[in-house]
Amino acid sequence: MLGKTIKMPQETVFIKGNHAIVEAAIDAGCRFYAGYPITPQNEIPEYMSKRMPEAGGTFIQAESELISINLVFGAGAAGARAMTTSSSPGISLMQEGISYMAGCEVPGVIVNIQRGGPGLGNIAPSQSDYYQAVKPGHGDFHSIVLAPHNIQEMYDYTVKAFDLADKYRIPVIVLSDGLLGQLMENITLKKDQETEYLDMPKDWALTGAKGRDGQRILSLLMRPGALEKHNEHLREKHRTICDNEIQYECFSIDDDIDCLIVAFGTVARISKGVINIAKDMRIGLFRPITLWPFPYMKINELSKRVKKVFVFEMNYGQMLDDVKIAVENSDKIEFYGRTGGGIPTQEELYQFIKARTKGRGY
Amino acid sequence: MVIEKIIYKKPESLTDCNFTYCSGCGHSTVHKLIAELVDELGIREKTIAVAPVGCAVFAYDFWNFDVSEAPHGRTPVVATAIKRIHPDNVVFSYQGDGDLVSIGLAEIMHTANRGENISVIFINNTNYGMTGGQMAPTTLLNQVTTTSPMGRNSKNYGYPIKMIELLVSLQGVKYLERVKITSPASILKAKKAIKKAFLNQINGTGFSMVEVLSACPESWKKTPREAIKWIDEEVSAYYPVGKIKDIE
Ligand SMILES: Cc1ncc(C[n+]2csc(CCOP(=O)(O)OP(=O)(O)O)c2C)c(N)n1
Ligand code: SF4
Ligand SMILES: [Mg+2]
Repeated sequence: MLGKTIKMPQETVFIKGNHAIVEAAIDAGCRFYAGYPITPQNEIPEYMSKRMPEAGGTFIQAESELISINLVFGAGAAGARAMTTSSSPGISLMQEGISYMAGCEVPGVIVNIQRGGPGLGNIAPSQSDYYQAVKPGHGDFHSIVLAPHNIQEMYDYTVKAFDLADKYRIPVIVLSDGLLGQLMENITLKKDQETEYLDMPKDWALTGAKGRDGQRILSLLMRPGALEKHNEHLREKHRTICDNEIQYECFSIDDDIDCLIVAFGTVARISKGVINIAKDMRIGLFRPITLWPFPYMKINELSKRVKKVFVFEMNYGQMLDDVKIAVENSDKIEFYGRTGGGIPTQEELYQFIKARTKGRGY
Repeated sequence: MVIEKIIYKKPESLTDCNFTYCSGCGHSTVHKLIAELVDELGIREKTIAVAPVGCAVFAYDFWNFDVSEAPHGRTPVVATAIKRIHPDNVVFSYQGDGDLVSIGLAEIMHTANRGENISVIFINNTNYGMTGGQMAPTTLLNQVTTTSPMGRNSKNYGYPIKMIELLVSLQGVKYLERVKITSPASILKAKKAIKKAFLNQINGTGFSMVEVLSACPESWKKTPREAIKWIDEEVSAYYPVGKIKDIE
């Protein structure tokens, strides 16, 4: 039965981002979770170890992120809604599993509460796994990437991730960071939220061959041409996703803006503050919510209306590459990024815009 | 009138696809034993297997029940999750020695230690068959492989791992038996052991593993007959067959 309504608690709660992910997963019908400790996402497995058994689901503390992702792969192959969470170094270990999930078309949700890298890096917030999220694993495939920028969205987009995963039989990554993971805000746990695909029939799943021949979950296609055909099928699916699932927010964008900021997640949040203090300039914010599929066309259209396109990130310019693809005249683009756990302040970004526009705001 | 009686037929749990393994390969024998057992136990519609990366990755072409692939070595992890989601199904992982002892060592240890109620069929042919016969952690001392052309020496490569003996101390592990498939009698014994591993799961006993000393004539550069002889004389001298652990 599609379009089933799940009853959700109505109350507004003051909640930490990492805890909101847990509530969202439970409310979305996820009944299988596996995770391994890593800061700054430890609240997720900790809280999940209580909430998941309460909800009648399976919680496994995996012994590595390799085990986490392959548990999610197995649970997904068996037809369950399954999730794992980690932070950057752990997500690196999951790349193999994500590739297998994509190849085998096994749905699942992976949350990355990013920290600084490379290597062990640090435990401060970062956006330096953008490349890894939008171009994960080996082989020709995409996974959907959702980037929340507040705690309500941590909740909403985690719920949405499960629907997208089932709808398209694809791994979905929620790309967040340590700041959003640790931040507390008031949010509304949605009651009567439509999770359209919760009860979607999964006749492809492994349940035992009752009254039928055995079926397979596989990605090995050795016969000449077989893999190419399969990848063509994946590409068609990717095109459908690009046509239907792109999401973004336009903030303070009107006909008069001179400058466009393009930022996602935490930096988009800070950029809203910049716009609020920059009363002397006409700036709008474009915030991609789906990092894949990336809203190239919308950025292309908006960039034609402004003199400058500012790209702000907590990395040394990763989404910048995609903005460059979108913007025809890349001379318009100005980039400012902090790395290694550095978080740009409102003032810092404001001064950068001023300096690059000779104080005129464009 | 002649009355014809069927005394043997292909198990329902095998597809019509011919085995593509090399002649004398142990995988064919064990695949067939498993299919026969699944039929005999009446569990074809409940069985879910996880095939490894290795020569037996093609198991899903041959078994007519549900089969999933798994990344190399992660086989028992995928089986664990499937079993947790479908506790009433019979779930087993089928793994080579490269898969189980080398790249998947952490995975098998933790699956066993958690006492997952699954069955593991471990095919030890003392090398990486699929990639052309390289040395594995299970390769015997002095055994020549494509990456130990002078024979495996303990100085550089350590000693062959006895996986069952490594697992025996874990409390979550309920049943461990090593078998060979070099004669009709030993094949029947192997079948009995695999049956026990399945029954343990059905009865909720817990983690069970059967290690099968299995011929790889192709990589061993032996005829099927020589390969069997080598298992009887050399391989089983190092890896003793028999029941090593059995907790009801
Ligand atoms: C991550 C990864 N590393 C390496 C390989 C290549 N590979 C495929 S099969 C195999 C060895 C399999 O050996 P074993 O598990 O002993 O199975 P056998 O073929 O001997 O039955 C390897 C190394 C791979 N597919 N994936
Ligand atoms: S290479 Fe060895 S294990 Fe692989 S099919 Fe041939 S004999 Fe069997
Ligand atoms: Mg082998």
